[in-house]
Amino acid sequence: MWFGLPLGFTTPWMLLALVALPVLWIVLRAIPPAPITRRFPGVALLLGLQDDDAVSDRTPWWLLVMRSLLIGAAIVGLAGPILNPNTNDDVEGDLLIVVDGSWAAAPNWPDQIDMIKAELEQAGRDDRAVALVNLSAPEPVRFQDSRLWVSGLAGLVPQAWQPNAGDIQDLISGLPDSAFQTLWMSDDLAYEGRMRLLHALQDHGTVRVVQPDQSALAIASVAFDNGVVQLMVRRAIRDNATHAPTQGAVVEAHGLDPSGAKGVLARVPVTFSAGSDTTTVDLVVPAELRARITHFEIATQPSAAAIHLIDDRLRRREVALISGREDREGLQLLSPLHYLRQALEPNADVIEGGLADVLPANPDVIVLADVAGLSEAQTVEVLQWVEQGGLLLRFAGPKLAASGFNRASEDPLMPVRLRSGGRSIGGAMSWGAPKELAPFDAESPFFGLTIPKDVRVRAQVVAQPDPALASRVIAALTDGTPLVTRKTQGNGHIVLFHVTANAEWSGLPLSGLFVQMLDRLAVLSSADRAAPNDLEGTTWQPVQVLDGFGELKDGKTLSGVAGPALISDILGPNLRPGLYRDGTRLLARNVLRPDEVLKRVAWPADVQVQGVQVTPVKDLSGVFLALALVLMAVDVVASLLVSGRFWGPRVAVILLALMTLPQMTEAQDTRAIQDTREVVLGHVLTGDRAVDDVAHAGLKGLSETLFFRTSVEPAEPAGVDLERDEIAFYPLLYWPIRQGQPIPSQEAYAKLNAYLRSGGMILFDTRDADIASSGAASANGRKLQRLAAPLDIPPLAPMPKDHVITRTFYLLQDFPGRYVAKDIWVEAPPQDAERIDGMPFRNLNDGVTPVVIGGNDWASAWAIDGRGNAMFPIGRGRAGDRQRELALRFGVNLVMHVLTGNYKSDQVHVPALLDRLGQ
Amino acid sequence: MITAPDLRTRAETEASRLPPLLAWAEQLAGTVLLGEHGRRRAGLGDDFWQYRPVQPGDSLRLIDWRRSARSDMQFVRQREWQVAQSVLLWVDQSASMRFASDNKLGPKSDTARVLALALSILLIRAGERVGLMGQELPPRRGEGQILRLADAISHTSDEDFGTPETRAMLPHARALFVSDFMGNIDDVEASLLKAADRGVSGVLLQVLDPTEESFPFQGRTVFESMGARVQHETRKASDLREKYIERLSERRDRLRDMCRVTGWQFNSHLTSSPHQAALLWLYRAMEQR
Repeated sequence: MWFGLPLGFTTPWMLLALVALPVLWIVLRAIPPAPITRRFPGVALLLGLQDDDAVSDRTPWWLLVMRSLLIGAAIVGLAGPILNPNTNDDVEGDLLIVVDGSWAAAPNWPDQIDMIKAELEQAGRDDRAVALVNLSAPEPVRFQDSRLWVSGLAGLVPQAWQPNAGDIQDLISGLPDSAFQTLWMSDDLAYEGRMRLLHALQDHGTVRVVQPDQSALAIASVAFDNGVVQLMVRRAIRDNATHAPTQGAVVEAHGLDPSGAKGVLARVPVTFSAGSDTTTVDLVVPAELRARITHFEIATQPSAAAIHLIDDRLRRREVALISGREDREGLQLLSPLHYLRQALEPNADVIEGGLADVLPANPDVIVLADVAGLSEAQTVEVLQWVEQGGLLLRFAGPKLAASGFNRASEDPLMPVRLRSGGRSIGGAMSWGAPKELAPFDAESPFFGLTIPKDVRVRAQVVAQPDPALASRVIAALTDGTPLVTRKTQGNGHIVLFHVTANAEWSGLPLSGLFVQMLDRLAVLSSADRAAPNDLEGTTWQPVQVLDGFGELKDGKTLSGVAGPALISDILGPNLRPGLYRDGTRLLARNVLRPDEVLKRVAWPADVQVQGVQVTPVKDLSGVFLALALVLMAVDVVASLLVSGRFWGPRVAVILLALMTLPQMTEAQDTRAIQDTREVVLGHVLTGDRAVDDVAHAGLKGLSETLFFRTSVEPAEPAGVDLERDEIAFYPLLYWPIRQGQPIPSQEAYAKLNAYLRSGGMILFDTRDADIASSGAASANGRKLQRLAAPLDIPPLAPMPKDHVITRTFYLLQDFPGRYVAKDIWVEAPPQDAERIDGMPFRNLNDGVTPVVIGGNDWASAWAIDGRGNAMFPIGRGRAGDRQRELALRFGVNLVMHVLTGNYKSDQVHVPALLDRLGQ
Repeated sequence: MITAPDLRTRAETEASRLPPLLAWAEQLAGTVLLGEHGRRRAGLGDDFWQYRPVQPGDSLRLIDWRRSARSDMQFVRQREWQVAQSVLLWVDQSASMRFASDNKLGPKSDTARVLALALSILLIRAGERVGLMGQELPPRRGEGQILRLADAISHTSDEDFGTPETRAMLPHARALFVSDFMGNIDDVEASLLKAADRGVSGVLLQVLDPTEESFPFQGRTVFESMGARVQHETRKASDLREKYIERLSERRDRLRDMCRVTGWQFNSHLTSSPHQAALLWLYRAMEQR
């Protein structure tokens, strides 16, 4: 405390320097300001004059006061003033800071870190050695300078697990013998070994405990029942204590929205009734939404336990059913999909429709019942989907058997090649009896399923013998012919049942085995896949793991975990909460097991417990030093004022510049507002005054024409500096090409490309059609090529006769400007554009051509002077006037094309549309 | 610094505001040439002076018959004796004249040159012969002389303070000295005495910058001459103001005294005040005897 203020100093002896201030005062008084040298012819009259009073030129008193303040502030700043210094009176020995560092500390971790930092700094000021131990990731106790700990504090993060009893035992045995005080940053959760550690620490000195006031929340389990997601949320409670009801916590369901972006899909508040540590929250979400949930999260308390990851449990598999034979209505039992639908509907979401409709929904399984080859594009799409983990399940049928597809070479969407025709067994014209199924191999996913005796196969398609065939068979008939074959493709599988999905060819779809087989093929989600006996002998690879804050991190570098351990072991560095994968199965290990209870610590009465609260120890040295700097700056000005040197022309210029600066930006804004309020045609400033003026006058002439003749009423055209100005406001940019024009910068090109992509149009004008045809033949043409090289321009072609520009307002055949060259280049029409019967025009580009290139010097033809007269002569006599008129008409058509797109193109189809509608 | 053509333009502007100046011509021999300036006595010239009765010795040819016919006496028509005057200029071209406290006002030398040239133009238009003191540019008449004058007085010198040029002074000519007279006052006195000896009379015009009169300085200052050959340091310039102004007025008084003794005229002109007034005064001063 200094003068009753909550103020301390890190180096108080620096304040001794304040004694020197009066000396400084005297010295400063004695030293006059530096003289200023002036040229003055009248000096001849001054020679020999004496100053009256040698003291009269002393530094003015206010400057002295300011300089003394400056020095004073600097001295105080260097002395390290501190507001609210921590004054611990009972400081003895070193300081051990113990941090629980589990997930429960995550919600107020920043506060904890601040507090640890404050304690470390205080210990540094008290000159105490400090040791810092994170119990969740313990290291041996090591007392060292507190500054070393401060620098490493950023690396101190909460872990997703709780301290481990074994580690605590190691820590206790490794404690040094010396006496030290302990600060325990507790997270208020009871765990095994905490009390033992407390007693061990109390043997060395006093223990202070700091812990949050808030009880930790965690999601214990998530279950799905009758279309409702049930979340069990726990909070930590203390034994034998009353607990008030809590409110305000919110559970959020996170997942991917249909566009694939992560987001919150549902939100539900959580309320605990008084005294209870568990509450259940029901969340009703549509099945479609539910399938997309990736995890639940308590939004108000971010920690690893507040996150509950969802594996495949919640998901109902989405199965798309597609059959090739939809032409016969009413024969429901004969439908190839009937039995599949029956088998799937209780357990999965069934989608039906065309392949094109189904694929975007990204189903888990696509069933193709008796569908022969797909189109090439569809094959590619389906293949892509399979490689991303989809399961393509195919059934044979008469169509597949009859088609020539997949005979000569293996189709990518078939597991095996097929022989043509297939076979039928046990029919009237065949020798053998219908075949039974052979027992499943150990490698087969169906291994262990019992085969009903009454399943007979009467007809099937037959696989072509092949070196790879044996490895792909997962079920066969008693005579060894494959019944089910499977091929792995990327992350997914392609499975073919060599029989139909209905009872036409076999009794399989009628049996319970069919459902079990589908189940084993992971067509259906299994009810409880995490049963320990199921996991025996499996190894699970972490895919994503949670850190203490509940954020998902990549887990692929971590080692695998044995199946049973994954479910039952206690979390630690070797078993982190997260998503684990074994083959195609995904399993989530969450922080809290469903039966785990959270208990708060009951500290003994002799332990001092305080909340996490950071006393705002504030280092004021920066403030004082800044004050000294400001005073120094003021002193510069004041010294100049005193010596009469302040109002130089330079100062005035700087001040003037400072005053005018904001107005310039304002001017730019005004222009943007003005140009967006009306339609404004723009021309690119080339840097040559003459060219730019003509371009401006040209656009002005065109704007006038538009104003008089059309409903487009443009304002004054704008010159656009590509480097500085925003070009998105201008529907049309006229770009005259000039030899000496600078190449725009990368940023300008990025702007231009964005402009072209978003529907802008640039009219390039090489202005040399009188001497050159367009192309690289002329200098301006070559310049244009260089200018346009970085632009995102589609393939170009000479303007076709039926281009929409020829009829957007006027009907035009050619597009003269000041010159009458014919070749104007626009975006090339698509290859397959064809003339529709009865239509005079082809339907060309579905959009506005982004560039129009020519050399007819249109601006000169359009240009008008201030009185509205044409600026340049064009052609001769009447013909010239006609040419100017056509030039203006071209301009009008161009602007119409930019503003209305292919509207006119559509209009020409109106007769055809009416015709098709039968009118 | 203004260029010669520019100087001429400005001088013409100044000159156009006054009627042609008819310098009073003193009696003069040697340099007698007919000019438009009547000598207020009968002699050779174009302008009518008086009729006087015929005296013995007048030839009959001289009798003005028209006048004589109106009375009984015979009269002779006399014309005024007209001679041209030589006017010599000295414009201080030293470094001290290049001083300007403010860019808008311009250096003192500009003012001095403009005034001197304006006067020259008026004099030359009136038929006088104007030249520079010294041997550089002897007095001549004619428009061409204006150009030569403008050129000659645009030269600059590196000296700190100027000393009036008195070499090759034509006897009984008129003279105009334009300077700030900040240099050695004894040199000026010597020049004036020499001029008086030769019967030359004229005008001293002191051109000063406003700061040279008001001395608006304060704080610790080192004053130095334009060529940095003379320095004076003060700790508090504001204290020197009164002493400076006192010394300046002393110097003016001395100059005025010298003028009175030698038959010259003295005036002081600030670069901030209108040049028209100064030219008007010069016009009158040159007119007076």
